[in-house]
Amino acid sequence: MIFKKEWIAMLLAGGQGSRLHALTRSVAKPAVPYGGKYRIIDFPLSNCVNSGIDTVGVLTQYQPLVLNEYLGSGQPWDLDRVHGGLYVLPPYQKSSNSDWYTGTANAIYQNINFIERYDPEYVVILSGDHIYKMDYAKMLEFHKAKEADCTIAVLEVPKEEASRFGIMATDENDRIYEFAEKPKEPKSNMASMGIYIFSWDKLRQYLIADEENPNSENDFGKNIIPTMLNDGQKLYAYRFEGYWKDVGTIDSLWEANMDLLNKSVPMNLYDDSWKIYARNPVLPPQYMADTACVRDAMISEGCYVAGEVDFSILFAGVTVEKGAVVHDSIVMPGSVIKAGAVVEYSIVAENTVIEENVVIGCRPENMRDNLEGWGVTVIGAGVTVGKNAKIPAKAMIEQDVPEVLGHDE
Amino acid sequence: MMNRKILGIVFSNMHDNTMGSLTMERTMASIPYGGRYRLIDFTLSSLVNSGIHDVGIIAKNNYQSLMDHLGSGKEWDLSRKNGGLCVLPPYSRSGSGVYKGRLEALSGILHYIKSFKGDYVVMTDCDTVAVVDYQKMLQFHEAKNADITVFYKSKDITKEQRNNTTLLQMDEDGRVRDVLMDTGDKSGNAFLDKILIRKDLLERIVMDAASHNKVSFTREVLQNQKDTLRIFGYEFNGYLADIKSVAAYYHCSMELLNPTVRAELFQPLRPVYTRVRDEVPVKYGIKAVAKNSMIADGCVIQGTVENSIIFRGVKISKGAVVKNSIIMQGAIVGENANLDCVILDRNVILRDGRTLIGCESYPICIEKGAVI
Repeated sequence: MIFKKEWIAMLLAGGQGSRLHALTRSVAKPAVPYGGKYRIIDFPLSNCVNSGIDTVGVLTQYQPLVLNEYLGSGQPWDLDRVHGGLYVLPPYQKSSNSDWYTGTANAIYQNINFIERYDPEYVVILSGDHIYKMDYAKMLEFHKAKEADCTIAVLEVPKEEASRFGIMATDENDRIYEFAEKPKEPKSNMASMGIYIFSWDKLRQYLIADEENPNSENDFGKNIIPTMLNDGQKLYAYRFEGYWKDVGTIDSLWEANMDLLNKSVPMNLYDDSWKIYARNPVLPPQYMADTACVRDAMISEGCYVAGEVDFSILFAGVTVEKGAVVHDSIVMPGSVIKAGAVVEYSIVAENTVIEENVVIGCRPENMRDNLEGWGVTVIGAGVTVGKNAKIPAKAMIEQDVPEVLGHDE
Repeated sequence: MMNRKILGIVFSNMHDNTMGSLTMERTMASIPYGGRYRLIDFTLSSLVNSGIHDVGIIAKNNYQSLMDHLGSGKEWDLSRKNGGLCVLPPYSRSGSGVYKGRLEALSGILHYIKSFKGDYVVMTDCDTVAVVDYQKMLQFHEAKNADITVFYKSKDITKEQRNNTTLLQMDEDGRVRDVLMDTGDKSGNAFLDKILIRKDLLERIVMDAASHNKVSFTREVLQNQKDTLRIFGYEFNGYLADIKSVAAYYHCSMELLNPTVRAELFQPLRPVYTRVRDEVPVKYGIKAVAKNSMIADGCVIQGTVENSIIFRGVKISKGAVVKNSIIMQGAIVGENANLDCVILDRNVILRDGRTLIGCESYPICIEKGAVI
């Protein structure tokens, strides 16, 4: 006996996030650390729980180990429920037509049986790639009021950036009459946020039809949405106002983290009415040594700081030794920055060791004539950068860097 | 099969009366300690890290905050189908009431002890902060063929602890030959209220005590039966904070700023578990200064913090200077306020510009929720 649910959420978490390069070499993009103690997936999961959704299927495919371990029973998000809760849904072997998830729509199609168990009226489709706080319950109200078949959350983006997104053209009632995925000449600046609410009966019908079409790429943006529009189904755009950031690239991930230190950015993690939940490490409070100099920073549990940290984010269990300098950077859990090392404009991934007197990254104003060559430097997870090594701006380090022997002077 | 040999019994209220306003609305066990913990977290984590997964917590009064903190026990991995955490309030059987001594408290929960299938019981209070390996204590107990093993540390005894400390005298083999209460000595082998005992013996002692109206375990068992029972002293050599007064609480808290103390208490393979509160990382403002301080999650630091312990969710406003102080969860220190040698209990609000200065041997302790 399964209790009927009015709505459930399906969270697409199988993406590799290949533009994050070294950061997603061994973890899926939704498991990438963000904001000092979170992983990206904490945001859609917390939004679900805060919106009153108690059943979430998480579709995994690429490098699921870390993600599976992180999600566990769903308890940190209050999703260990007697009825419903959090389920990790990897592709599985069937008597026929077994396959990897070949597209976003195909991933949902392969889990129709899971959804049907809850007999929902509505299904929310989410992705694990974005940082935002949103009340999906308000979006559902809108969906019901419009008697829509599908509601797509949209955000106004600057005109010049519109061609990077799925762009909606709507009438005065916000009904969508055209949808273009990454158009060269966008007709509006209303971009899809990758958040959909479907009336389940309709979605089910379109998923099955889409699967039978051999020419389809089985993708929501490319196939399901355009087909529904062609058929004259009722698709509405739900306007969202607030902070939303796609963290698909190194630069945008760096920016999205730094936004947390910027007072004028409307992303408040300290708001108790809409908490973002995460799995908490078991670590003592952070310790600031006598020599610590910390300004404008977010620092998490278990850190030890004896050096200088300015405009940076330190995740749990990071060590910054005496004389080390971390500026405008993100240092992920368990990494050690040894004495005399300088880290600027960089993302240092989990469990790395930055040995003494290493220099990583550089400030854009120090690039002299070569400003095009500037970018955020990335040190991949588990890498050791040997003593005295110098890692230039925009470098992407995935393997250990040997020590540079000092010259006697 | 899971090894369930030892039952843990935790006394949450012992020594409550020594802690002033810190225990006005809470038990000894739930006194906040070390930035994000309560005293019982160290007690429970030592038990759990020693493989003890059956733990009964004896409560007496003021235990609402304790129950709130413990919940189902899942954060200590004590939410189990078999065994796990069990809070034992008074009146757990008809005819029992609020107990006076340890033996009376045990008699009220005798059915709980009897239902445990293992062979040993560890009893502990919550006023010591240490990483204790009870498996090692058990090995000692078995090697000595002891009836009872008591936990002690050879240490200095501060003035205010002198009439509150029990000293042990042992022979060369470690067998307890005398138990002295309130001697006034300046140092000695202080008994630290952790006792390992065979379960069947404990049951016998408790039933005997009930029929003879005996209440004090130390007096009736350790002191009076030292010649008939094989009682051994187990010496603890690691770091230990003995918190039996507000001054000791303050002094021991400040010891956490010492790296060797932290390394002993927070060992990566013996983690200290506590209730999760889903706080945000600490945010430091542009003019923040933080030196030699332990700071927990959820704080916003705009002012200056030196030589202090700052609990979760504390706000230190611009221009405020906090030195040598302990600021508990949710407290707010207003702009340009000035604190030195102060303990602010939970949710205290210190308005802009206020100054409070105590002294290291006599810190000012502001009670929970006060607005100054």
